[in-house]
Amino acid sequence: MQFPVFSSPHLPAQSNVARVMGEVLLALLPGILCAAWFFGWGVLVNIIIAATTCVAAEAVVLAMRGRAVRATLGDRSALLTGVLLALCLPPLAPWWIPVIGSLFAIVIAKQLYGGLGYNPFNPAMIGYVVLLISYPRELTLWNPPTGIEAQHLNLSQTLALIFTNSLPAETTIDALTMPTPLDATKTALGLGQTLNEIKASPLFGHYGGVGWEWLNLSYLIGGLYLLMRRIISWHIPAGMLGALFLVALVFYASDTDAFPSPLFHLFSGAAMLGAFFIATDPVSASTTPRGRLLYGAGIGLFAYVIRTWGGYPDGVAFGVLLMNMAAPTLDYYTKPRVFGQPK
Amino acid sequence: MGNKTRQLHRFHGGLHLPENKAQSSGSPIRALPTPKRLTIPLAQHIGTAADVVVKVGEHVLKGQMIARAHGYVSVPIHASSSGTVVEIADHLIPHPSGLSAACIIIETDGNDTAVADTLSADYTQLDPSELRNRIRQAGIVGLGGAGFPSFIKLNPGPNRPIATLLINGAECEPYITCDDRLMRERAQAVVDGAVILKYAVSAAECVIAIEDNKPEAAQALRDAIEQCHATDFSVVVVPTLYPTGGEKQLIKIVTGREVPSQGLPADVGVICHNPGTAAAVHHAFALGEPLISRIVTVTGAGVREPGNVDVRVGTPMADVIAACGGYTDAAHRLLMGGPMMGFALGSDAAPVIKTTNCLLVAGREELPLPQAPLPCIRCGACVDVCPANLLPQQLYWHVHAKDFDKVQDYSLFDCIECGCCAYVCPSHLPLVQYYRFAKTEIWNQEREREKADIARQRHEYRIFRLDREKNERAARLKQKQAALKSNKGNGDADQDPKKAAIQAALERAKAKKASVNIPPKNTDNLTEAQQQAITSADERRRNRGPAIATRPEDT
Repeated sequence: MQFPVFSSPHLPAQSNVARVMGEVLLALLPGILCAAWFFGWGVLVNIIIAATTCVAAEAVVLAMRGRAVRATLGDRSALLTGVLLALCLPPLAPWWIPVIGSLFAIVIAKQLYGGLGYNPFNPAMIGYVVLLISYPRELTLWNPPTGIEAQHLNLSQTLALIFTNSLPAETTIDALTMPTPLDATKTALGLGQTLNEIKASPLFGHYGGVGWEWLNLSYLIGGLYLLMRRIISWHIPAGMLGALFLVALVFYASDTDAFPSPLFHLFSGAAMLGAFFIATDPVSASTTPRGRLLYGAGIGLFAYVIRTWGGYPDGVAFGVLLMNMAAPTLDYYTKPRVFGQPK
Repeated sequence: MGNKTRQLHRFHGGLHLPENKAQSSGSPIRALPTPKRLTIPLAQHIGTAADVVVKVGEHVLKGQMIARAHGYVSVPIHASSSGTVVEIADHLIPHPSGLSAACIIIETDGNDTAVADTLSADYTQLDPSELRNRIRQAGIVGLGGAGFPSFIKLNPGPNRPIATLLINGAECEPYITCDDRLMRERAQAVVDGAVILKYAVSAAECVIAIEDNKPEAAQALRDAIEQCHATDFSVVVVPTLYPTGGEKQLIKIVTGREVPSQGLPADVGVICHNPGTAAAVHHAFALGEPLISRIVTVTGAGVREPGNVDVRVGTPMADVIAACGGYTDAAHRLLMGGPMMGFALGSDAAPVIKTTNCLLVAGREELPLPQAPLPCIRCGACVDVCPANLLPQQLYWHVHAKDFDKVQDYSLFDCIECGCCAYVCPSHLPLVQYYRFAKTEIWNQEREREKADIARQRHEYRIFRLDREKNERAARLKQKQAALKSNKGNGDADQDPKKAAIQAALERAKAKKASVNIPPKNTDNLTEAQQQAITSADERRRNRGPAIATRPEDT
């Protein structure tokens, strides 16, 4: 009898890329629901626009490159990039903001480098940073979270604002938006206010900003799910959150009036989203265990430095991109000791 | 008995695989009848093939040596049953290459007559080198899979004292249960063999390590140890984790020591043998029987009656499978060895050899065909499971780029090809295949480099020789010219070196001419009788007339 011959191991692989991406998307669900709860329809609209653009852009480039379109789209990586990018964007941003960001992320940052597995930078963060630098005003269009006394838009008003830039009668865009807690803190500190004065503002909740603290908590829950499912390893989140916490603690201890508490840092901005969903993008991160710890720590450190002394309210995206550059070097210098080699 | 006091250690990574041992572990070992035809390959393991010592048509007895060891890393091969050698020719052998190699084919006579016993002995009366030699003469190789000649392992050299003889009963590969059944049913043979092995290397202790999914085997061995009062023996139960049965991994678990990279277990005072090998040693010394049969697990959804069979070396695999009820409709792939490290066979026409521990006839659901690979997403799942603590994704990357220097920087040769990385890879990359390719390429390059080195040395020597000859010629010429000059100064025409040289040359030529006339040497100093015989022979030849060719000297 004749049989087909293949090289060992013969047991079929237990995982696949689509499943990995699918688990990450699933783990984002609590965060997405929480964001939609606090920031309204704009969050979902952003996700739909960005995800559609990413998948469409990937399909077009794959077709142009002569690659298998349907099979490659099935890996769900473009979809995930779109969702992650959308979750970083302000909910009231005009429709072309997610479109431009997505195009840049997929076409320039991912496909031009060779597609999945070959991009040196995190595509979603490239897309986000391009938008942040090019359209600073649009990137501040955050509406006040549910729970703060202000005018909140319903679905049709949101769609009208996003797609036709038309506001409801007798309102201005300034009345509809509000600085994020990180932004407000930075501005107020710049004006010489103390943190105690700043915290009195209605923007702030128990330990972070209203809404933001819950949002970060739900990303943390999703992240713990990923850890439990062994989709990500603990090294990068632990490195990033640990470094952010420690640096914040040192400065907070030195002057509680001028530096926000470590807890505020951990539950503000993109801290949890970054730690569990963005910095852990395997393609552009370090891959050795010690390298990952350092990689995460670098992001946490950069995030703190940029938040505290930089020109932007949050620094996670820049931290990720800066550490993407360092990943090959980290990998090289953090090779684990091979079995049987001298200690 | 040691198990409670012994501190076990861990190796990095590893996998919990679906065991799939229940299909075959329940059925006792069955001895298979001797087949009509035995196909016995001359190369059954690492090292050089044995040299045939029988001829086609010769009648051989069971246990008779039919091929002699060739070189150091080699052991003799014996007839697995009595019969007639009908062919010595290339035949399909079980090898990953799927190629054919020289085999001795014996048509058995059904009598199974054994050859006179030259192996059995009281091992305590033998010195270690004689002991090793007998183990070699019995054709014993490692029965765990690689088949390294056992006598070599038993000779670690004077500078490497052996503290521990480790009997590797881990059997960590899914599906395989031949060692489990052997340890359960023939525990005494395993222990007795281990006693001999322990004696051969003067080990301080013998540890039999078994994964915790084989409690019956562990108990059987404990009983056997107690029964024969073997001293310094212990059974150690280790956690089930693939690849615990890897020699280096098991040594780490049991002793906490790491075999150095590129080193041998003896470097850390351990030698490791398979329980089957120990039992084979016992058979040789107690029964005088060389290694001519082994236990094979026949399992998988593709075979009707999975189980363990005692098979003569050389039995065609098709016969073995037929004896296990034959194929089911699900039969889809045939492997020799386990699903992680075994290799696929294209045909069941190959024979069972000394290293055939398992024939896995897998169904399509059990071992589907490989899926199309995607790009590496550097997720590092492979890093987490690598028992050698390598960076498989970096190795893959550099092999992909054929950057073989970098590949060696990342310690490619510490890879044991266990397949853990490929098993967890979400991109379905055939990682082990990449590493094998790189190893082979590097070996090839090294061979090429060695060849080039030799060629260069020879070339350099030639240049040196030509140079030296040129210098010598120049020196002689100078000398001659100097002599010429000094002679000219004397003004003596008779002493003209040119003329002298011509004279000398003429004399040499004359001498040569004279030497041509010298008769052939063997006709020098002939006795009277010989001379007469030659003369009379020449006379007869001449008388026979011109039709007969004459000797060349006569023309």
